[in-house]
Amino acid sequence: MFEVAIGLGVILVLVILMLLFRVQSLLNVARGSDKKIESTSNRVNGLLMLLFMIAGIVGFFWYSISEFDSYNLPNASEHGVITDRMFWITTVITGVVFILANVALFYFAFRYQYKDSRKALFYPDNHKLEIVWTVIPAIVLTLLVGYGLKVWTQITDDPPEDAEVVEIMGYQFAWKVRYPGKDGLLGGYDYRLIDPVNEFGVDFTDKASLDDFVPREIHVPKGKPVSLKIRARDVLHSVYLPHLRVKMDAVPGMPTRFWFVPTKSTAEMRQETGNPEFNYELACTEICGRGHFSMRLIMVVDEPEDYEAWYNSQETWLSQNPTYLSKVPENLQELAEAATGINIKN
Amino acid sequence: MDQHIAETTGYHSAEWHAHGHHKESFVTKYIFSQDHKTIAKQFLITGIFWAFVGGILSSIFRLQLGFPDMSLEWLRPLLGGWITDAGKLDPEFYLALITMHGTIMVFFVLTAGLSGTFANFLIPLQIGARDMASGFLNMLSYWFFFASSVVMLCSFFLKTGPAAGGWVVYPPLSALPQALQGSGGGMTLWLVAMALFIISSLLGGINYITTIINLRTRGMTFARLPLTIWALLLTAVLGVLSFPVLFSAALLLIFDRSFGTSFYLSDIYIGGEALSNLGGSAILFQHLFWFLGHPEVYIVMLPGLGITSEIISTNSRKPIFGYRAMIGALLAIAILSFVVWAHHMFITGMNPFLGSIFMILTLIIAIPSAVKVFNYLATMWQGNIRFTPGMLFSIGLVSFFISGGLTGIFLGNAALDIPLHDTYFVVAHFHLVMASASFFGMLAGVYHWFPKMFGRMMDAKLGYLHFWLTFVGVYLVFFPMHYIGIAGFPRRYYSWTNFDVFNAFTDLNTFVTVAALAVMGAQLIFLFNFFYSIFRGRVAPPNPWRSNTLEWTTPLHPGHGNWPGAIPVVYRWPYDYSKPGAEEDFIPQYIPFSQTIESNLPHENELIALEEEEEGIVIDESSESH
Repeated sequence: MFEVAIGLGVILVLVILMLLFRVQSLLNVARGSDKKIESTSNRVNGLLMLLFMIAGIVGFFWYSISEFDSYNLPNASEHGVITDRMFWITTVITGVVFILANVALFYFAFRYQYKDSRKALFYPDNHKLEIVWTVIPAIVLTLLVGYGLKVWTQITDDPPEDAEVVEIMGYQFAWKVRYPGKDGLLGGYDYRLIDPVNEFGVDFTDKASLDDFVPREIHVPKGKPVSLKIRARDVLHSVYLPHLRVKMDAVPGMPTRFWFVPTKSTAEMRQETGNPEFNYELACTEICGRGHFSMRLIMVVDEPEDYEAWYNSQETWLSQNPTYLSKVPENLQELAEAATGINIKN
Repeated sequence: MDQHIAETTGYHSAEWHAHGHHKESFVTKYIFSQDHKTIAKQFLITGIFWAFVGGILSSIFRLQLGFPDMSLEWLRPLLGGWITDAGKLDPEFYLALITMHGTIMVFFVLTAGLSGTFANFLIPLQIGARDMASGFLNMLSYWFFFASSVVMLCSFFLKTGPAAGGWVVYPPLSALPQALQGSGGGMTLWLVAMALFIISSLLGGINYITTIINLRTRGMTFARLPLTIWALLLTAVLGVLSFPVLFSAALLLIFDRSFGTSFYLSDIYIGGEALSNLGGSAILFQHLFWFLGHPEVYIVMLPGLGITSEIISTNSRKPIFGYRAMIGALLAIAILSFVVWAHHMFITGMNPFLGSIFMILTLIIAIPSAVKVFNYLATMWQGNIRFTPGMLFSIGLVSFFISGGLTGIFLGNAALDIPLHDTYFVVAHFHLVMASASFFGMLAGVYHWFPKMFGRMMDAKLGYLHFWLTFVGVYLVFFPMHYIGIAGFPRRYYSWTNFDVFNAFTDLNTFVTVAALAVMGAQLIFLFNFFYSIFRGRVAPPNPWRSNTLEWTTPLHPGHGNWPGAIPVVYRWPYDYSKPGAEEDFIPQYIPFSQTIESNLPHENELIALEEEEEGIVIDESSESH
């Protein structure tokens, strides 16, 4: 019954709208107002152009200024400071053009609306003007490109020798990280060695793999360069650390990397944001399937000495999964025993 | 002046209706028609259908994003199993929605619906030709598009759903059904539909280029072509050069999916098994895809820019400012669009040096774009502006082109792309500069040429209402997304509540959704106005906008062949508006300089002698008559 009432109501409203429409169009014909060009409609449209411009500019400045803190994420990496600065410089330059060009558009629309008494100016070209407004954007863009190139080259340059190496692997739908262990070298891997336990496909015939460890969270030291070695196991993923302004795709079959220097520890960020629960989060930004929106990994930025302590307290992956010791070849078994503290022969 | 049209084209002659055209059946006239005007209408109406489908899809996923707690149980009759037991949208169906929204809008609406409609409709009418170079290929072009539409629509009814890997369909996700349901049958149909679509697009494009080069009427030199035709020509060239590359990308993907090759696949462990594919490159697909994908942006954009150049000039009653600079800018954009594709790939792991090169080339393209904007502004300056609905939508396009184009300067900068890539900032950018601007170009064109298409006028007041609701609404939808993007929100997220860092802006997202639904609702006004006016609109005057181009010299309902008598000869460029000395504020292209002594510029007086010489030339058209 209720649905019928709604249905009837909708039909009634439509009929009324239809009638209104017919009445206005017949009135137009009767008045002959659609033959006039300098009409009320034309003036109303002209005025609305001006009103839209004013309301738009007020809204833009009001929201941009009053909500600045809510859309401006705190920044916690060295290169992030540089890209943020470049972002705001670009915003100021384009913002000026944005306002001027839109103001000109809407103001001209309002100012030069149709008048029977006036004739438009026949003004087909002006070479000087055209050269000016080609050259000025060219110069501004050249400066921006030069600035951008410098920053881009710095950021994508090879990581420093002493960078902490961390391997991160994306898969449907989570991340795994692996650290090189005491020898500072990540062991080799092969995707054909992957199984439900050995998720990285670590190759235990490689000496460097014996002391690698796989923690639950990703830890990095504050103030030291960190080099992320990024890979994916099934489809494309993308490593994204919003606070650190880090983003790089993870591609199956093609390892990628990104290095950065964190500048604020998790504890410091908790203080800065006033949020005792604050954690650095790592997200995925390349569509990867059903769980794309839930690939969350917590990253902890430690003070260097805390990091050192954490690093040294980690158990190697092999000691957590001793069955894989059987994959270690004879000549490396002694080393494996040293790394895991497990006697293989038994 | 009307008297003159009657003389040169003879369309008042009653005898024309009586003979010259053999009787056409319903099928040859409305279905398998070879008349470019009918084909244009077919493209337009199919395009409108798809625009509503695409719009409804976006409304559904906006509900999910704006009202994450809302029960969508009421959609179950429509979506069935895609609504989970909890009354929520299935996350995988969410991905299917965004994928199909992108595919439909970019290809079916803004490529086929826009180019297909206006290239077909305007090219013969504005260059003075009886029809396309090949009416038959033109008909095939529509029917391939129709077949492609049917296949794409079918994919919605598969149990595993339509393609869901994003409109860019990056492998391995799109290649592996075990990674995503939509990558099964849905993806197969997507690829088949796109293959058919590419055939349609090529048949159309080759036809447009041939027609423009070969069938221009006497006097219609390239320097007298309306900018619409220039834009449509370059659009067709871009399509012909870039769509085959998408075809090859799709073909290799078909091989990878169905025949066990490894063009894009390597080192994959999925569903508990290691695949045997080795040596492929996922990045290769991205290069091939964006080699089409970037020119595609301009395939979508250029027709809109051409249409608005024409409409802004006509309704400002002023010549387009810097006609040659406008052509130069179009050419520059068209050429540069082929060498900027990898700016979509700055952070894919591509060599950073390559990123530097593409960054330089990308930012160069901002220069011709800026020139176009300044020329639009200069055209309106000191004009005498008549706000027709077409003009309003053109002004809207320019505003979107400015606002959305400027954010391209951020994203084209590789270093800034690191934080911004794949966030809502990108969504805001391309929805303004490409999607909304092109949509407005299309709507402007529909309002402007509706009287020529159907011989009747659309209701202007409903047009104003449609414009203001849509224009304000589009800004309210996409402008806030910049802030959400600066805050780092990633695209293609079903929900943000898993992350503390993204667990904000719920009110802003609700606001965006409400605005989006309002915009969607405003399109119903257009739908009504369009179909009502086809049958019941006021009968249009022969030249309602007092425009200069040739299409307005045809009869109210042009038959197959467009002009009943001889094709008019062209003597001047299409932008002689408000010429000093002239009585009226427009001088159509077919008026010789010898009749406008009072308003001629010095160099134009010299052309009079040439005109008289040419009068003597008689062209035998009997071989082309239809």
